[in-house]
Amino acid sequence: MGEFELDYNDFLELFIEESKEHLQSINEELLKLESEPENPAIVNEIFRSAHTLKGMAGSMGFEDLASLTHEMENVLDLVRNSKLGITSEMMDVIFSCVDLIEKMIDSIEQGGDGKEDVTDVVRRLSMIQNPADPFQVRQNSAMQESAAAAVVDFEIDQYQLSVINEAEKTGNKLYQITIQLDKQCVMKSVRAYMVFQAVEELGEIIQSFPPVEQIEEENFDNSFSILLLSHRTTKEIQAQLQPISELSQVIVKERIVKDSTVSNQESTSEGKITKPLTQKQRKEDTSNKKHRSKSIRVDIEKLDHLMNLFSELIIDRGRLEQISRKSDLTELTETVEHMTRISTDLQGLILNMRMVQVEQVFNRFPRMVRDLAKELNKKVQLIIEGKETELDRTVIDEIGDPLVHLLRNALDHGQESTEERVALGKQEEGKVLLKAYHSGNQVFIEVADDGKGIDREKVLHKAIERKVVTQNEAETLTDNQVYSLIFSSGFSTADKISDISGRGVGLDVVKTKIESLGGSISIESEPNKGSMFRIQLPLTLSIIYAMLIKVEDETYAIPFSSIVEITKITKEEISTLYGQKVIQFRGQVVSLVSLKEVFNVPGVETSEQQELFIVIVRKGDKIIGLVVDSVLGQQEVVLKTLGSFLTNLYAISGATILGNGEVALIIDSNQFFK
Amino acid sequence: MGKIKIVAFKLGEEEYGLDIHFVQSIEKIQHMTRVPNAPEYVEGVINLRGNVTPVIDLSRRLDLKQTAHSENTRVIITKYEELELGFMVDQVNDVMDVSTDSIEPASSNDMSAAFFEGIAKSEGRLIILLNPAELMLAPSS
Repeated sequence: MGEFELDYNDFLELFIEESKEHLQSINEELLKLESEPENPAIVNEIFRSAHTLKGMAGSMGFEDLASLTHEMENVLDLVRNSKLGITSEMMDVIFSCVDLIEKMIDSIEQGGDGKEDVTDVVRRLSMIQNPADPFQVRQNSAMQESAAAAVVDFEIDQYQLSVINEAEKTGNKLYQITIQLDKQCVMKSVRAYMVFQAVEELGEIIQSFPPVEQIEEENFDNSFSILLLSHRTTKEIQAQLQPISELSQVIVKERIVKDSTVSNQESTSEGKITKPLTQKQRKEDTSNKKHRSKSIRVDIEKLDHLMNLFSELIIDRGRLEQISRKSDLTELTETVEHMTRISTDLQGLILNMRMVQVEQVFNRFPRMVRDLAKELNKKVQLIIEGKETELDRTVIDEIGDPLVHLLRNALDHGQESTEERVALGKQEEGKVLLKAYHSGNQVFIEVADDGKGIDREKVLHKAIERKVVTQNEAETLTDNQVYSLIFSSGFSTADKISDISGRGVGLDVVKTKIESLGGSISIESEPNKGSMFRIQLPLTLSIIYAMLIKVEDETYAIPFSSIVEITKITKEEISTLYGQKVIQFRGQVVSLVSLKEVFNVPGVETSEQQELFIVIVRKGDKIIGLVVDSVLGQQEVVLKTLGSFLTNLYAISGATILGNGEVALIIDSNQFFK
Repeated sequence: MGKIKIVAFKLGEEEYGLDIHFVQSIEKIQHMTRVPNAPEYVEGVINLRGNVTPVIDLSRRLDLKQTAHSENTRVIITKYEELELGFMVDQVNDVMDVSTDSIEPASSNDMSAAFFEGIAKSEGRLIILLNPAELMLAPSS
């Protein structure tokens, strides 16, 4: 009994994982279908997923799930046979059906029985199929449980029936082939596969018993049956199967299906569409399985722990490097160098293990945007780019909410109402672009809309009203400075508070969240062209490249990600503008910030240095120069927090431990920009 | 009649005590990294076995006269809830038992009164008991 349970749990896991994949693909395809209702390939794709889902649910014994997917499949079937047009009510019902399925699978995943009240949705589904008879609930054919008999009576559903009818018009006949494998046959599934291959050459396989999936897993007795549509004769079929060895019996019978329920309506060469599908499905199934066997699941906590331990190792490595340099022992130096190389590889690997594609977060947005657009009565197309971009797991977990916020914002505030758009001569359908990409050690995520852009005057008006800026300040602000005002707390420019955004706890929360992840957010906007929010995030949160610099006796680390260049200048090159020290750097005037001054570094009064090191850092497209005494070199450093006692320190984002065991503070140069 | 264990230490000429439950360890003074723009009583941060731990100068925190570091200067590492913090003191004397009876509640209206829990009398010594929870509140900035 124990063995069985183990098997069952394995299957359950597989079932949950695959169901989720199918659900996701149904969701995606449904969204596509809404924009291209005429595309039969999409319906087929959805149908295929629903069908597989039904089969899986049936064989796992989740009856509610199976019957629900079955009803959904029926509706989709009518659509693919052009018996039903796609209406928005239908889409809504199907979407709520998908939601319900999702709920069931969640329940199963959490160890529940996957039972939900499906009657309402089922009723709505059957109403679509048969408006005259709303309470008719179809018989569920998903669970074909019967003893393997020599001749199986196939249950033919409506869709298959229509395929058969169509095929019979072009001279095809329906055959039932029953194969008995030799008792000594060792690799039953391989034999079966050969039979399937041979039969496929003859025509189109409508159904098999047991289902293909089961046969592939050798989950059948010695016999199986196939329903085949073919224009060949019984003899020809027999002859085709003859060469396959280890078949003890091949029975080919012609079958006649009485068709009374389905009218013979025109449907475009169904036969051709379904055949490649069955093949494709099988291929995908096997590739899924292969993929699975190569990966294992690891508790995320273990990965975190691994990362922590590794950080400790990096610190020790730094210390060893220092010792070996001092001791001047060749053997020690070599060993340490080797260790350094290995640990660098190891680090890459560990960081990589923690990387997850943003797809995980992005996946739920198409659906969300669709629902939201409906609610707002706007037409929106969401374009997603770069969903394969990878980000550290910890960032992924945190980034979802801010993005939801930005997307809602884009739809609610960014995009005009349909009437306004038409009046402006824009396309009725607005576009929202969600894009992720890597650049250097950073990941960028952009949310852009083609709406009305940010209204400078409106923002300023609010900002003055809320006392975020004064009237005088307001006049001198650049557009970008004005736009960033919407990140100040308690700011909302929506005229009326809607359900979707503009509750006053808006973008400031987004900004705080992003900054807590070590990232930043900026806005670009153009009236009537739209706005773009750009989030910049570090690839990883725990280990960064930094430049170590010295000011007097104190060592600081400046993250590489913000450094543009390091340059050396003489005192004479510094000039002053309005009391601000500046230098000219590559034709640009760059303001200088003296770290000694801003950090009040105590120092011995020495004769003024003639040469100064300037670390040019950037924030967005602005640059400034940090004046330091000397540059020690670059190093990988492990980020440590200063804890909750020291918070909100000016221009300090954390600390790290150097090779000699001392603590160096990490400079957050963003705060030097005003 | 209950007893509590305290760590007794000196700030200038006065003797203070902390409930040993809050004390993690006592460290010799080591390399301290100054934290710019922190409240003036923050001495800096130290590397405490891989953790970056802030250290505050207890004399300054309590508005007492400051004394120069000596070889007796110690850092008492305390932990309250999840927060680890070092208190720099002039000298650590001993760990002692104090009976709860002998503790007089702090009643003076001193401005730092919140930091004090009471005064313990033991063998002729007067020991001011500190309230770590209050001392470890993050500075409001």
